[in-house]
Amino acid sequence: MSLTGLFLTIFLIEHLIGNLLVLLQDGGAAFETYSEFLTSNPYAYLPLRFVEAILFASIILHAWSGFTVWLKNKRARLTKYKEYGIAENTKFASRWTAGTALLVFLFLVIHLKAFFWNIRLSGEHVSGYTIAHQTFSNPYYTWFYVFSFIVLGYHLYHGFQSAFQTLGLKTKKYSTLIETIAVVFWCIIPLGFALIPIYILFHPTTLALAK
Amino acid sequence: MKLTLKVWRQKDRNDEGRFVEYIANEVSPDMSFLEMLDVVNTDLVKKGETPIVFDHDCREGICGSCGMMINGRAHGPGKGIATCQLHMRSFSDGDQIVIEPWRSTAFPVLKDLMVDRTSFDRIMRAGGYTSAKTGGIPDGNSILVPKPVADEAFDAAACIGCGACVAACPNSSAMLFVSAKVSQLALLPQGKAERVERVTRMIAQMDEEKFGSCSNTYACEAECPKQISVTHIARLNREFVAAQF
Ligand code: HEM
Ligand code: SF4
Ligand code: FES
Repeated sequence: MSLTGLFLTIFLIEHLIGNLLVLLQDGGAAFETYSEFLTSNPYAYLPLRFVEAILFASIILHAWSGFTVWLKNKRARLTKYKEYGIAENTKFASRWTAGTALLVFLFLVIHLKAFFWNIRLSGEHVSGYTIAHQTFSNPYYTWFYVFSFIVLGYHLYHGFQSAFQTLGLKTKKYSTLIETIAVVFWCIIPLGFALIPIYILFHPTTLALAK
Repeated sequence: MKLTLKVWRQKDRNDEGRFVEYIANEVSPDMSFLEMLDVVNTDLVKKGETPIVFDHDCREGICGSCGMMINGRAHGPGKGIATCQLHMRSFSDGDQIVIEPWRSTAFPVLKDLMVDRTSFDRIMRAGGYTSAKTGGIPDGNSILVPKPVADEAFDAAACIGCGACVAACPNSSAMLFVSAKVSQLALLPQGKAERVERVTRMIAQMDEEKFGSCSNTYACEAECPKQISVTHIARLNREFVAAQF
């Protein structure tokens, strides 16, 4: 869980930086170059497909091990407490990791359908830039995305420091540093992602530029 | 003070169990929680009923036997105390108090509030010791241990094996207990010799006892009467990873 989780956060950083190119006022040129590189650069093609395979494997492995641990832990306490003051002893993000995970997974399914499927698998040649503008001019999509990023933030806020604890790296010396970085993940990454749909929703004219 | 108690009563391992309400009429704020239960039990005995069974021994926070869930908190409200160190002044007149046994598959209820914690003993037997012959009493400074390391080992050794960490954990994980037992030895030269076998066998036994897996919520640290830090869990994880190579 820790290794796949950390790998996925590295992907998220890369994904965020790349996607922010959508916001450049250049009619999608920069984002298109980035997209081209990801999908059709002859030198980068094989390495990128390899990394992509690891990415999808990590998502599945991460979700599967999360599910099996969850199941094992359910069995470890079959009779529930009548009164259980867990809220007084733990953080919200830590108590709800399984819940936030489920929502992020749901988001991922919808997101992959809207972007990955349409761009890469549907056979039509559509640019990510156009899809982003089409998708996020729909307020339902935009707010669903923003909500999902908040949930993702909570998932990462717990997950990031948790990975270091599991790997045995969260020692007294580094504990504060790790928790500080966890806060950064908690707000900056989701905020960065959220900027994209919100900006597009309120600037529908940029779509016209794209055409 | 007058208190309403909702106490878990269960005849034996196989009984379904249920909550029974008792009124404790004359509770002094100076009583310990166990003394309050003693008073309730005296009344029950006088009425010819079976007293509430709960584990206790030292009544000064060092033996680890008195664990129970009080209003959803392991060892009741307050930090760094066992149930025997909890005083009734932590409650107010008219309060309702729900008292339950530790709930974990690895700690089956024997009777009322008493659970079977021999799963901890079996984990200890799997590796919570050093097997080296120590010989005669060595000279005080013949093995040098830096003070901060000795302090850290001593903090881990403060664990009294009460099981509150498991009881408080949403996953019923025993990682804080096992980490304390592994740490106290792994930090010291005498314990280092068998560190690989120790961590491997204790973790294997922990899983066999059906404790859950740690998801790093840190509820254990918040409820531990000896305030064992979760940095020991990080050390346990390091020991475990190192043992794989
Ligand atoms: C506003 C925010 C986002 C935008 C605009 C966006 C956009 C995109 C685009 C255009 C693609 C297709 C890339 C391609 O194959 O050419 C993609 C793929 C993907 N996205 Fe996002 N994304 C966003 C947020 C997220 C988040 C928060 C996650 C994770 C929780 C995520 C996970 C993925 C994954 C796993 C893929 C497939 C990776 C691949 O193989 O290309 N995305 N996204
Ligand atoms: S670690 Fe703390 S809560 Fe767990 S058994 Fe030891 S003393 Fe009790
Ligand atoms: S009775 Fe010994 S710790 Fe409470």
